[in-house]
Amino acid sequence: MSALLSVRDLSVDFTTYGQTHQVLHGVSLDVPAHAQIALVGESGSGKTVTMKAIMGLLRQPPAHIRSGQIFYDGRDLLTLADNERLALRGTAMSMVFQDPMSSLNPVFTIADQMGTILKYADRRLGRSRSARDRMARVHEVLAQVRMRDPERISASYPIMLSGGMRQRVLIAMALLSEPALLIADEPGTALDVTTQAQILRLLKDLVTQRGLALLMITHNLGVVRETSSYVYVMNKGRVVEQAETATLFANPQSDYTKSLIAAVPRLTGGTRYGTVTP
Amino acid sequence: MEFLSFLIKRVLWSVLVLVGLSMVIFVIARVVPGDPARMALGPRATPEQVATMQAELGLDQPILQQYALFIEGLTRGDLGKSLLTERPVNDDIRETFAATFELVLCTMILAMGFGVPLGMIAAYWKDKWPDTAVRFFAIFAAVTPSFFLALLLQILAGYVLHLLPTTGRLPNSMEFEASWTGLLLIDSLISGRLDVFGEALRHLLLPALALAAATMGQMARLTRASMIDVSRQDYIEAARAFGIPEWLRVTKYMLRPSFVPPLTIMGLEFASLIGGAFVVEMVFAWPGMAAYGIRTILQKDLNAVMGVVMVSGVFFVLVNLAIDVLVGFVDPRVRIRGRR
Repeated sequence: MSALLSVRDLSVDFTTYGQTHQVLHGVSLDVPAHAQIALVGESGSGKTVTMKAIMGLLRQPPAHIRSGQIFYDGRDLLTLADNERLALRGTAMSMVFQDPMSSLNPVFTIADQMGTILKYADRRLGRSRSARDRMARVHEVLAQVRMRDPERISASYPIMLSGGMRQRVLIAMALLSEPALLIADEPGTALDVTTQAQILRLLKDLVTQRGLALLMITHNLGVVRETSSYVYVMNKGRVVEQAETATLFANPQSDYTKSLIAAVPRLTGGTRYGTVTP
Repeated sequence: MEFLSFLIKRVLWSVLVLVGLSMVIFVIARVVPGDPARMALGPRATPEQVATMQAELGLDQPILQQYALFIEGLTRGDLGKSLLTERPVNDDIRETFAATFELVLCTMILAMGFGVPLGMIAAYWKDKWPDTAVRFFAIFAAVTPSFFLALLLQILAGYVLHLLPTTGRLPNSMEFEASWTGLLLIDSLISGRLDVFGEALRHLLLPALALAAATMGQMARLTRASMIDVSRQDYIEAARAFGIPEWLRVTKYMLRPSFVPPLTIMGLEFASLIGGAFVVEMVFAWPGMAAYGIRTILQKDLNAVMGVVMVSGVFFVLVNLAIDVLVGFVDPRVRIRGRR
């Protein structure tokens, strides 16, 4: 089956202080339409670089895409002209940013920031709508991420909102132009666990209801289990294992995956470091 | 509403600052050695004459009472009599301060108007040649003393190229009474005298440039550092990921959060600009407070010195109040935090 997003054999180098390091070694992964896929790995495993390469956010230099293709809807993104690439950003594929505290501009209102995103997304799509219609759409999306008072929220500055509310705003931003693919970079990691669980629940509901494809990038196996049906495990710039989520947890193949699963703290029983007795 | 309480708080603080300033300047003026009455009357005055003068000035009274008298005068807007010119200090300052204030205001506008865009250019092309050029200029501008730059500009633009006038606020041939604000640029517009406006601007340019250079360099460096800092923030990357065009990211998403440090420092620079203006005024024969201020200090003309300092202080506070309001407008975090 042909996937909505297909990364083929992607290799990326980084050159810093005159030294070149290869950070991705032939990474391949598929995100079929409407599917919920997770990409899991520890810090420095290359998951963020993979995500940035897909979104076209890698700064070159210092990054250099050595080889590989990234197909979106059958087109190789790496061969597109800059403006064609830009046209997809925020419209065909959107990102949900990780840190709600730092991913919103502190000096503009939510309405201003979301309205501007929508305005330029519309322009790229060759549409136009009045400022009033844009605000209506902003309020509509804010309501969709289950904000009770969209008018008040949109008139607020980020500092006036709680972390959970800001994370919802970030999700709403990604949904503004109804993308087919949502790339979520560990959403809610910066929040407390209860709020994070709510955010993940919300994200999962939204993705399922709208039939979006979701690529969830995370280091948290709990999140993987909650939000995905298929998972890629990355380590040191390579995909070391890929499987149905249930299969992966039941029967991990690679040593790395086994150690990842063993590292998840348990409330009952022991870890591989011994038994915890309360 | 939130803005009003922010404003009221700042005004109350300003009043407190001015009360503090009045105490400090009063104490300093009384502590420095030398008898003002003796200096005003000259070496041949008899002790009786000196005593009479001291009584006249209130110098024979207890220090607290002197301070009370000083404050009482201040609240009435009366700064007393100058020993030097034997005229009310109010009149002396009114005639000269407007010229200095106009010079300093234009200097601030020049410093901001050129410094901030230069800083933006440097930050945008970080480590490329425009950055190097701006940084070189900024260092050069910051280390060149204003009196030297004043002379240089006077010689180059005035005597050699004959581009701009080198002395005074207006040509001698021009008759104009700045009767509303004392600021020629504003008063000439109010009375519809465009010719005066043009000449006043031409006369202002060189002294303002000489005075502005150092601050301009500082503004460029501050803006550069602040922009680079902001450009690394997640929200700028997020704006890129959401497809906000680059020019908008730089001129809106990055500039506005970067604007607070240069703006705040600009307000604080006001005081040193007044000081710097004294030197530049000497070079350009600018009829400002400089000559008056310096003479009064040398003559220990207490009322005049305190008057000059207090008026400078009041304007320093006012300028900073205006800048605080601007900062609150630019960065909502300031006014929202201020409320809590």
